[in-house]
Amino acid sequence: MKARLDHWRSLEEYADSPECREWLEREFAPMASEWEDAVSRRRFLKLMGASLALAGLGACTRQPLEKIVPYVTQPVGMVPGEPLHFATSLTLGGFARGALIESREGRPVKVEGNPAHPASLGGTDVFMQAATLDLYDPGRAKTVTHAGAIVTWNDFRTALAGELARLANQGGAGIRVLTGNVTSPTLGAQMRALLAKYPGAKWHVWEPLNRDAARAGAELAFGVPLDVVCDFEKADLVVSLDADFLGTGPAQPRYVRDFAKRRRVAEGVENLNRLYVAEPTPSITGARADHRIPTAPGVLSQIAEALGTELGVISKQLDAAYDSAFVTAAAADLLAHRGRSLVLAGESQPAHIHAFAHQMNAALGNVGETVRLIAPVDENPVNRTASLRELVGDLESGKVELLVVLGGNPAFDAPADFAFAEKMLRAKTCVFLGTHPNETAAACDWQIPAAHELESWSDARAFDGTAGIVQPLIEPLYTGAVTPHEFIAAMLGEAVPSSYEIVRDFWREQKVWEDFEAGWEKAVRGGAIADTAFASKPAEARTITPETKATPKGLTLLFRADPTIHDGTFSGSTWLQELPKPLTKLVWDNAVLISPRTAARLGLTTNDLVELTNAARQVVAAIFLIPGQADDTLTLHLGYGRRIGNATATGHGFDAYPLRMSTAMDSTEVTLRKTGETYPLITTQQHFGLEGRNLLRVATLSELRDKPTVIQDMGKIPAPDETLYNPHEFPSKHYAWALTIDLSTCVGCNACVVACQSENNIPVVGKEEVQRGREMHWIRVDTYFAGVPENPGTHFQPVPCMHCENAPCEVVCPVAATLHDSDGLNVQVYNRCVGTRYCSNNCPYKVRRFNFLEYNGGISPVEKLGKNPEVSVRSRGVMEKCSYCIQRIESARTTAAIEERRVRDGEITPACAQACPAEAITFGDLNDSTSRVVKLKATKLNYGMLAELNTRPRTTYLGRITNPQPEARA
Amino acid sequence: MPQIFTRASNTFARAGIVFAVLCLGGVAWATYTVWWSPYMTGVDAPRAQPVPFSHKHHAGELGIDCRYCHTGVESGRFAGLPPTETCMTCHSQIWTDAPLLAPVRASWRDGKAIEWTRVHDLPDFVYFDHSIHVRKGVGCAECHGRVDEMPLTWQAKPLYMKWCLECHRAPEQHVRPPGEVFNMSWERPAEQRARGLALAGAAHLDTTHMMDCSACHR
Repeated sequence: MKARLDHWRSLEEYADSPECREWLEREFAPMASEWEDAVSRRRFLKLMGASLALAGLGACTRQPLEKIVPYVTQPVGMVPGEPLHFATSLTLGGFARGALIESREGRPVKVEGNPAHPASLGGTDVFMQAATLDLYDPGRAKTVTHAGAIVTWNDFRTALAGELARLANQGGAGIRVLTGNVTSPTLGAQMRALLAKYPGAKWHVWEPLNRDAARAGAELAFGVPLDVVCDFEKADLVVSLDADFLGTGPAQPRYVRDFAKRRRVAEGVENLNRLYVAEPTPSITGARADHRIPTAPGVLSQIAEALGTELGVISKQLDAAYDSAFVTAAAADLLAHRGRSLVLAGESQPAHIHAFAHQMNAALGNVGETVRLIAPVDENPVNRTASLRELVGDLESGKVELLVVLGGNPAFDAPADFAFAEKMLRAKTCVFLGTHPNETAAACDWQIPAAHELESWSDARAFDGTAGIVQPLIEPLYTGAVTPHEFIAAMLGEAVPSSYEIVRDFWREQKVWEDFEAGWEKAVRGGAIADTAFASKPAEARTITPETKATPKGLTLLFRADPTIHDGTFSGSTWLQELPKPLTKLVWDNAVLISPRTAARLGLTTNDLVELTNAARQVVAAIFLIPGQADDTLTLHLGYGRRIGNATATGHGFDAYPLRMSTAMDSTEVTLRKTGETYPLITTQQHFGLEGRNLLRVATLSELRDKPTVIQDMGKIPAPDETLYNPHEFPSKHYAWALTIDLSTCVGCNACVVACQSENNIPVVGKEEVQRGREMHWIRVDTYFAGVPENPGTHFQPVPCMHCENAPCEVVCPVAATLHDSDGLNVQVYNRCVGTRYCSNNCPYKVRRFNFLEYNGGISPVEKLGKNPEVSVRSRGVMEKCSYCIQRIESARTTAAIEERRVRDGEITPACAQACPAEAITFGDLNDSTSRVVKLKATKLNYGMLAELNTRPRTTYLGRITNPQPEARA
Repeated sequence: MPQIFTRASNTFARAGIVFAVLCLGGVAWATYTVWWSPYMTGVDAPRAQPVPFSHKHHAGELGIDCRYCHTGVESGRFAGLPPTETCMTCHSQIWTDAPLLAPVRASWRDGKAIEWTRVHDLPDFVYFDHSIHVRKGVGCAECHGRVDEMPLTWQAKPLYMKWCLECHRAPEQHVRPPGEVFNMSWERPAEQRARGLALAGAAHLDTTHMMDCSACHR
């Protein structure tokens, strides 16, 4: 029995199970390298002989003749082969995040954050990164259809005009428009014009992940619904009551960036912030907490009340069901940081917890300092559930004659008790405008293909109200695709102008710029319109008395946004489906998350199929044990179990929506029955595991202050000459590229993984292939737990190629396909690689990926448009791995060589570093003594993973420093 | 037991060995010859084009600079092909109804691009950048030959990696003064090596990195 590790990656590893040991001991997963087809020896030799002969002949083929097609009129400023960048906004749940899109010969191929946009500041999240894949999705809606037949946009307009003319006689009564969150000022104005033209018409809004509770909470506290904007840069102390501000939401890239600024120990930040999190289910924010307690939803409410009592904002007899040490510590810290603290309630928490949070912030003097209250950002801030309920009522009573659904998927994600999918059939005519086929589109009479965000002119507001122009990167791929602006214009009966004219005319009328043309150009060029953020609203917090809520007795099922496919919007994206979820590392599925203790009590293990029942509705789903989950609390992420969609969306995971009621949107009490069957959930948590070694180094701030070398003392580095090989020389006239990853700021959000996939043409392999351990991501984020499974500390460690100076992979390659270049990069030469996989076998970091199959084979022409032309697309039998984005290095080197200078620090940013909202990844030249990377590597926090093997890795880590309250217990 | 092989068999065997070696050598020679022949490399094979464009006429006789049409050569990876608009700057004025130019006029009229056949086509896993080569003193003619003497365009050099490396290994044998890059008729001086070394030094050629795989392959 080996010694217990400080950190463990899964419950199986914690228990040291035999299956887990086998994973660790094998170089590839048990199935990865096996020849699993039943092929006889004779047939095998025949195939080998034939392929050898064909390979020989194949080498003799001449290159086919290719066409070269110049422009008729070349756009000004365009140099073929050189990328152009355009600013635009991408929305999540309607809210804008600023993006800069890289365009190659008119094709958008890569999304970066827009440093000038308040919701991004240069960072991105996984959804933004996956936008290009969505654009080139061959399963998109391509044609206007009516009752299953392909028709034209003009056919639809004729039919619409007839219908509207009829309805106009009754003042438009019977017209219903259902949208998602609309933050586009232009679309808002158009909708109001529509309502003015048809006074009987109604505008309903539905969004499955909405702010109903948060706004109701603000209404409780202030009498008016308000949105919250936080300033994490100013906050010394943050208490989160199930608010996953680092993990999800349209402000996530911004909040992560601000939060990380107060965690940069390596860069000399002294006044670290401290984070307290009470939450029922593990989240990224919980993983970053200095103090975290898992709490069942009922207990969370008591904790909020107890905190309020300690702060003197509410008076209530305390219940003793919660962990009072947490409350005492948090309250004492809050009181010590008046005006510099922040209390946050999660969007899925009920209104009264939001009201408590508001009161506490007001009492602590945080309002106006770390938290701003602004008017609701969206154009129609109605209660989403009430709005949909009203529509369902009208549908039921047959009042709806024309139902227009602009995007979204209410037939899939509406509360189960509304039975929206059935009720919408009662509308006389139903029209759907959307980019993808889905459950709602299938139930409508007319399906109109919508232009993608990257194909449209529009505008959108960010979480703080800042407006930005959305500009197209490409003409709509499918003729007939229209934007919501054009659609509403058609309903208004105008000779439909283009979206460009509609948006421009709107902003011209606003008169925000003295010189319209100059202002417009600046807005389009910059992405965000200056000074459009909403002003703070003065608000007086009222005292409210807490209502006693019965604590649920049985099992509670929580509904949460899925970390990779959100509410189901992104379930058609292969990149996001194959992205291991931050804490479970599940791919292609969701699962019922359960704490190990509750699972043991109920006799359940991972992969067991269970039937969850509430109010006569059942859902069958697989169980997944997760450390850190509150007892008697289950979590099922939303968005899986799609029935209609592209090939990727359907057939994966379990649909949670049938259990979600309009009266209980955040959680429901359920009974659980074991079905006796199992389901193969696939998690990459154990893939590429590293046996028995502590690869992660963590210390607390007080430990660091007591002993500044605490991180480096955790391992020793051998002298450079302790090697049998001739040491590599890297003279200072060359570059010496290197990378650091700050584990204190990394939040494990996965943006780097998708960014790398997008930049480097990394294929997806599918669920079965992942099961065999064949996933291709060049950078993976390892999740470690520390302590006990009931409430572990959670740590993230992104692992790209280490670019070892003494690389073990190089010495074993028989064909010199992996070797050093003069910059010290460990390069992989695809054309030399014969696929022996010796290199992967000898890599101690397990960062090499092998193309077991032709993963890029057979992709459609439209998917090819999304490939980055700067990176070779690898074929079967070839090893690949992180190259530090060699294409970006070479491009910057060429520019520098043309200008006869050295590459400047910061000129090269690999895709992972550029995407990182926390700026945790720093790239630079070791031979430039002024570079940031040199300064970071000189700190006492710097360590190399497995540096004791004398691999001399160029990628190093800055150990994680946590900041728990010194007096409090952990 | 009688002898199976007579004494003469030794001679046959020896002759057979020599013959086999010669055969192998012959196969090797044949493969090499085919591999480097114009059939495989495409060297000296004029390509049929929608318009029989003559560099000899435009660049050689009329003396139009390379960069008038290949505008990206100093700033981008691709030298670029001229858009139809560039052709029409002159051909809207001269040879306006020449039958040979019908595809150009059709392209201009319909807004549809002319589809040329590529003459110089590197494999997709090679990332070549014109701008750096031009900047560091590699003349157009170094790789493209005397384009100004080609009535139809053909490939002058094999574009094989071995051929690329000849220059990457010893750039001093090939670089020319910056002013001569676009001069088609520049002749290598007798003391090229000494001059080349000076030019390579002045241009700060990173000859080590030029031999790295990562310089051209990604």
